Amino acid sequence: MGELAISWFTPGIIRQLITGRFLRQRLVRSRRLPQKLAASLFCNMKCQKCEKHATFHITDLTGDDLLALHLCPDCAKKYLNTDQLDIESDESTPTISGVLSGQLKLEQTAEDLKELDSKQCPICGISFYEFRQAGRLGCPHDYDFFADELKPLLVNVHGDTQHVGKRPENSADDMAIQIDLIRMRREMKDAIEQEDYERASQLRDEIKTIERGSQDV
Amino acid sequence: MFDELAVECGEWLRGSGPESDIVMSSRIRLARNLSDYPFIRRCTDIDRANIESTVRERLGKDPNLSDLTFINVADLETLDRQFLVERQLISREHAEGDGARAVAIDEGERVSLMVNEEDHLRIQVMKSGFDLENAWSHIDSVDNHIEQHMGYAFHPDMGYLTACPTNVGTGMRVSVLVHLPALVISDQIEKVFRSLQRINLVVRGLYGEGSQAMGDFYQVSNQITLGKSEAELVKQVSDVVPVIIDYERKARDYLINENQHDLFDQVSRAYGTLQNAQQITSEETMHLLSRVRMGINLGLIGDLAIPTINKLFIHTQPAHLQKIRRTPLDTSQRNIERANYLHDELKPKTDPENN
Repeated sequence: MGELAISWFTPGIIRQLITGRFLRQRLVRSRRLPQKLAASLFCNMKCQKCEKHATFHITDLTGDDLLALHLCPDCAKKYLNTDQLDIESDESTPTISGVLSGQLKLEQTAEDLKELDSKQCPICGISFYEFRQAGRLGCPHDYDFFADELKPLLVNVHGDTQHVGKRPENSADDMAIQIDLIRMRREMKDAIEQEDYERASQLRDEIKTIERGSQDV
Repeated sequence: MFDELAVECGEWLRGSGPESDIVMSSRIRLARNLSDYPFIRRCTDIDRANIESTVRERLGKDPNLSDLTFINVADLETLDRQFLVERQLISREHAEGDGARAVAIDEGERVSLMVNEEDHLRIQVMKSGFDLENAWSHIDSVDNHIEQHMGYAFHPDMGYLTACPTNVGTGMRVSVLVHLPALVISDQIEKVFRSLQRINLVVRGLYGEGSQAMGDFYQVSNQITLGKSEAELVKQVSDVVPVIIDYERKARDYLINENQHDLFDQVSRAYGTLQNAQQITSEETMHLLSRVRMGINLGLIGDLAIPTINKLFIHTQPAHLQKIRRTPLDTSQRNIERANYLHDELKPKTDPENN
């Protein structure tokens, strides 16, 4: 794709379309981002409309509203050829990767990000990188394990981090035991894959005992 | 499957309920997960099968939930899955996904319970017209019954835990499906959307995320799920509905006062095309039905009822058409059959007294 920057006018909209490398340079030049972060920022960014890699970064100025879109070549083509209306309605639901890349702290370097990405939940095995890519968590424990990383995201999306609504009456079950079950099922699967059938059957029996206990409640 | 269901309609299409000329339906969904399984993304095939059978077995024993019928979505043919999507009983993601998954539906199609969608459970309640209060009390009680049988993943601070952090907290999406043809015709729809976005509401097309706005139908729903109570979220959407209704009514009045001839012409042409076309696509059908629906509500068309039009929006879609005709049809065959079907449904009623 190379470096490319196009700005043009459509009625009421000032639109800027910039591919990855050029945008990074511009951000660095305008001192809005340190160079290392800028380099990492858009490398792994996913398209906001599909699962592909985003190489088009579009800024639309409509009146006072500024819309920033990160799209793959196909979706960018589609976007630039369709009317504003669908896109604007889509735009109100930011994707996780979009929000996450927006909230990266300025002082974070590429190395910090790499370290963060490799952080892995001991219960379900999901890495932060995988979450960042897919926008979906792996198990309930992730909310505690990645709490520090999730807090700013929750503030960004919901403007809050504290639930104030309904609570299940039946939540007497010990969450720690439930989390154990998730871990044990995973270990059982691993044991089977490694043909350690003794360990697998031991785990199976333990899981059954816990399950029976919780169902009687 | 579903051949008999195909000729019927869900309760939410009956065209009654408050403000039903503009608000087609009110819908609330709750996202819930079982506490002892990983979220869907990290589930093994065995986990998914276990979740499905656990939900089916435990809920099947509850007399309060006995009107729910479980359907194994994984075993359905593509056409049947599409059929459920068109009826808004499952999502496109659920239809197109893989692995063990199911949906439980009650007889009036007001309640649908998706198992193994993005979350283990997606509970949905739909009501005809603008009726969010009743939708909330209904889904609240369904949720309470389900909760008796399984431990939900719940965090004292963060509430109901969901696979995607955008749903955490209440796990609740409150939405109304509104028909806004006059705002579309008068080019004011974008302005309305932008003002809704400023107050944290989301606007989507008829079939949810990423879908096009078909037939001038839009879903308006809350974006935030954490930090507000369920009642506050219901209120947030409820408060804005009368404003949208007012905008649409003003736009209709304006069109009548300024351009009555144009408007009547558009409505009549739409009606005429639907009655007489020899082949017609689903998109054009939706577009024209939208005009006719507005025409009925403005008293410009006298011999058609709103429930008939509501039904046609669903029945002329690809899977429904094939179910009604009881045969698989390719695109061009569907376009012909759709025209035939519309012709039969919309042919002028013969008045026996004048014969």
